[in-house]
Amino acid sequence: MLLVQDLKVYFVSDSTVARALDGVSYEVRTGETVCLVGESGCGKTVSALTILGILPQPPAQVRGGKVLFEGQNLLDLDEKELQKIRGNRIAMVFQEPMTSLNPVFTIGDQISEAIMIHEKGGEREIRKRCIKLLQDVGIPSPEERLKDYPHQLSGGQRQRAMIAMALACNPDVVIADEPTTALDVTIQAQILNLFRELKQKRRMSLLYITHDLGVVATIADRIYVMYAGVIVEQGDTAHIFHDPRHPYTQGLLASLPTRTKRGGALHTIPGTVPDPAYKPAGCPFHPRCQFAIDNCRSQFPGMCDYGEGHLSRCPVLYERARPPHGAA
Amino acid sequence: MKTDQKNFVQKKDIEGPSAPQESRWQEFWRLLRRNRLAVAGLVIFVAFFFIALAGLVLTSGTSPVFDPAMVRLQEKLRPPLSAPRVEDLRPEEIPTLGIYLLGTDDLGRDVFSRMLQGAWVSSTVGFVAVGIAVLIGIVMGGIAGYFGQNHVRFNQIFVTIALLAGAGLLMAGIIVLGIVFLVVGITGAALSRQWKRGLLKGRLKPWDKVFFARTISIDTLIMRLVDIMLCFPVFFLILTVVALLPASMYNIMIVIGLTSWMGTTRFVRAELLSLREQDFVTAAKALGVKDWRIIFRHMIPNAMAPVLVSATIGIASAILIEAGLSFLGFGVPPPHATWGNILSDGKRFIFDAPWLTFIPGFAILIVVLAFNLFGEGLRDILNPKLRERY
Repeated sequence: MLLVQDLKVYFVSDSTVARALDGVSYEVRTGETVCLVGESGCGKTVSALTILGILPQPPAQVRGGKVLFEGQNLLDLDEKELQKIRGNRIAMVFQEPMTSLNPVFTIGDQISEAIMIHEKGGEREIRKRCIKLLQDVGIPSPEERLKDYPHQLSGGQRQRAMIAMALACNPDVVIADEPTTALDVTIQAQILNLFRELKQKRRMSLLYITHDLGVVATIADRIYVMYAGVIVEQGDTAHIFHDPRHPYTQGLLASLPTRTKRGGALHTIPGTVPDPAYKPAGCPFHPRCQFAIDNCRSQFPGMCDYGEGHLSRCPVLYERARPPHGAA
Repeated sequence: MKTDQKNFVQKKDIEGPSAPQESRWQEFWRLLRRNRLAVAGLVIFVAFFFIALAGLVLTSGTSPVFDPAMVRLQEKLRPPLSAPRVEDLRPEEIPTLGIYLLGTDDLGRDVFSRMLQGAWVSSTVGFVAVGIAVLIGIVMGGIAGYFGQNHVRFNQIFVTIALLAGAGLLMAGIIVLGIVFLVVGITGAALSRQWKRGLLKGRLKPWDKVFFARTISIDTLIMRLVDIMLCFPVFFLILTVVALLPASMYNIMIVIGLTSWMGTTRFVRAELLSLREQDFVTAAKALGVKDWRIIFRHMIPNAMAPVLVSATIGIASAILIEAGLSFLGFGVPPPHATWGNILSDGKRFIFDAPWLTFIPGFAILIVVLAFNLFGEGLRDILNPKLRERY
């Protein structure tokens, strides 16, 4: 359905070139939930914005790669053709429900606008669809909420309204960029449930961007782990969580607090994320990696295949590894 | 053990979940009431509006209720509140109120009727001129604020010049050359579209680099134009233009409008520059909303506060400019009364009939002051940062 191939996005300023995406490839299949996991600044959001073509260019420059949506390269389309796809075929839910709704329009206006720009229909029909959408995303008494301004809704309700806007035209792919980060835990759980229900009801694909591994475990079918503009590991949720094969993923999972072990300091990954303008040569993770060998400092690691779609960008661990999945 | 009832709150004491109950207008009104001068300004604003409307209805037509053009030479320069000498007048010459409320001028015309008519002229000039200015300002500011980073490319300049030259030559009667330029312009435009797609896909030929060479940014273009316009002494610019054009109310409105859009442009651009980075604009883009719709439907309503304020104050200055022009004799042509030309006519009799200068003078003063006070009150209300003062 949606295939990102070797995408390179650089932010170019007078003195530096920040390589925000350094050859990222991932795929979202029909009806699948794919999670893109990584720390802040590793390029998750940039890749989402590039798919929709709304990355501000300049300063950003797409230096290579493809974004294939049903076989069509979105990077080749001009603005008009892209506008027909945005919101209609591919929609996006943003991180901050507080600021992603226009403060001067009612919820109803904003949802019906989403329908109006892509489809034709009478005012009454659109209103009916808006009410239906608000019901679908679990907003009580939708007729009255249509007349509300964003500031009159709570954070969770605003995020639900944002989701309703994204779903307005029955998109094939929904990109959710950390939609629960700004919400508290209970609301977060509700929104995640909502996403799961909607996905099943509507047969849409979901690209879910987050840094929260707890969220990933609940929602994802497949996971891509990003680090410093590179996909370092990809695979099914079970493989990634139970059998991580990249030191970064292992570090992330080890850093999660567990219920079984009490006391003691949490595991940390030493060091910090490299500045995208000054990435280390070789493997971007090597300065923080306990397994790093000389080769890691000079050579960019390739993807190592563990079978069943589980790939990891760490040849060092691959050589030491137990037999790949499926093999005896 | 008995439960301690005191620790439980009765349900009726708990307030229901409360969304803000106040509507926007209620909030507006509550904040406005704290500023008495602004309320006074608003009252005069509304009163002036109705007086102006009354002025239109009561003084126009073939037999108006108050006839501002009725000349009664035998009744000239009567002071305010004096009764007409009925025995000298024909029935239709007797003022409607039975009294010269604001006196008469040197031709015996009723100043009250003339002031009524002038109120309509002043308010139309004010509103229409500011309307034109705000419209231009919003469009220019919107373009500068939203598309400002884009560069004007050489092909666009080339096509524009070719088309303008073609149209100009055609109008000047040089038909063959004009058509040649037009054809060059249209071909250029068509080729630009073709080439642009190639450019997007990164297939650049060497001569494309010249044809698509970036010149100045759109922001620079518009904002320097604003700077240039601000350098002109506006009043003299208007005087020159009005002296060249046939004198009429519409020309004056248009000229005032065309020379006072710069402030609005700056306000709108500044607002859009900050709005452009807001998430809801990105969200609108992600929904597939077109650029123009984003500017005018999503961003401009968020940027209206400073525009409204500057428009309110702008009306005051447009009224002043119109009065000034009329005073100098370049304004709305004579059969029409305006506050400026009543003042101007009266200045010759300032010692014999001071009301002829003081009445329109005070009217201008009060209206302009009211608009300014209301405009400032509006600014305090619409800008939450300034509210803390009260």
